[in-house]
Amino acid sequence: MAELPNRQEQVSLDTFLRGLWQENPVFVMLLGMCPVLAVTNSAINALAMGLASTFVLVASNSLISLLRNFIPKQVRIATYIIIIATFVTMVDYAIQAISLELYNALGAFIQLIVVNCMILGRAEAYASKQRLWPTIINGLGIGAGFTFALLCLGVVREILGAGELFGFALFGDSFQPWVVMILPPGGFFVLGAWLLIFAWFRQRREQAQARVEEQQQETVYER
Amino acid sequence: MSQADNLAPPPVETTPSFNMLRTLGLVATISGLLVVLSFRVTEPMIEQNKREAIERALFRLVPDAVSRRDFIASDNRIQPAGEGIDGEKLYAGYGQDGKLKGIALEAAAPGYQDVIRILYAYDPYCQCIRGFEVLKMAETPGIGDKIIKDPAFLMNFEALQARPNADGSGLEQAIVPVKHGTKTQPWQIDAISGATISSNAIARMLNDKSQLMSPLIQRNLALLENGA
Repeated sequence: MAELPNRQEQVSLDTFLRGLWQENPVFVMLLGMCPVLAVTNSAINALAMGLASTFVLVASNSLISLLRNFIPKQVRIATYIIIIATFVTMVDYAIQAISLELYNALGAFIQLIVVNCMILGRAEAYASKQRLWPTIINGLGIGAGFTFALLCLGVVREILGAGELFGFALFGDSFQPWVVMILPPGGFFVLGAWLLIFAWFRQRREQAQARVEEQQQETVYER
Repeated sequence: MSQADNLAPPPVETTPSFNMLRTLGLVATISGLLVVLSFRVTEPMIEQNKREAIERALFRLVPDAVSRRDFIASDNRIQPAGEGIDGEKLYAGYGQDGKLKGIALEAAAPGYQDVIRILYAYDPYCQCIRGFEVLKMAETPGIGDKIIKDPAFLMNFEALQARPNADGSGLEQAIVPVKHGTKTQPWQIDAISGATISSNAIARMLNDKSQLMSPLIQRNLALLENGA
């Protein structure tokens, strides 16, 4: 049987917020790069992929959490993949039922959610050890972080590469779209720029925190 | 207790094979139920979406049409679509007066990135192609996707000749792409400069399909006209 950790997480706001910032799957953990680069050529594609991945993440991890005492560790990866593939197939049919245009735009990347390491990683590292509620909240946080990151890329690429946002033209006819931004190289440029911004923010925060700790220590010594 | 006994590895916890099979069997059963259930629930909606997509494209391509009827071309003949009849689909559009206004057909060919699938309108009275709608493509944005945006390229399809030859074995003149600015004949397609592969793919799929279907449509025109 799968080993249970000694400590079960208590649900708090941090359980959700960690996925948005500290453990952001894209900007911090660099997971799921394939859809991040491939489908973020427009904001609507990014949003749809983010929501689809979030659904699969939350639903599959919930089932894994419910069955965690029942899944022998020797067959856990096979079990997780079957569960994830089930929810991906469901989301695949759901998107076809909602909009064929959206389904065509997302191409094979909906089916490829099966092998998104963010989802399997969460199943292995979190859902297989935690109770249902923390798993759902944590999954929603990670999914929101993934969707946020995809949108960050999708919005910038669509504005620069097509002069539009969610399909609405933002500039006049004189605007010359920077087409490279909606092509694969644009994905790398924009991802690099966002990673730089995130790393810079994190560094500033850490430096500020270090200064505060230093001041506190000095105050203790002075006393 | 000897030192050797102290260093002996702890006993390995073994999982019975039955437990592993039971888990995989249960998970596979749940998976099967959920997949089949979601397929059954979404199937009518997906079919409806496909029908509507074809209908929207048909009514855009044949603006005078207000109703449609589907036909199947197989074994060198055309018959009304029905259960259990497989073959090439034709969508005939009819006007308010019930007269045939145009026929839409699907065509496909490999483009630059992936297969381009289109629906094109064939006018059996002028024996020409009157336009096309892309159903699916993954051409490079800003380059290959000019095939649906470039006004000069779309001008090719105002009346692109697809006239059957005398013995009905193919087209009188094959539809061919020509270098941008060198079009002189109504069966030629003026390619987009810089998007040659995508332009050629459109020309190739229209030519291949028309070689087969244009003579067949002309032979079965009476059936198609009376279909409304």
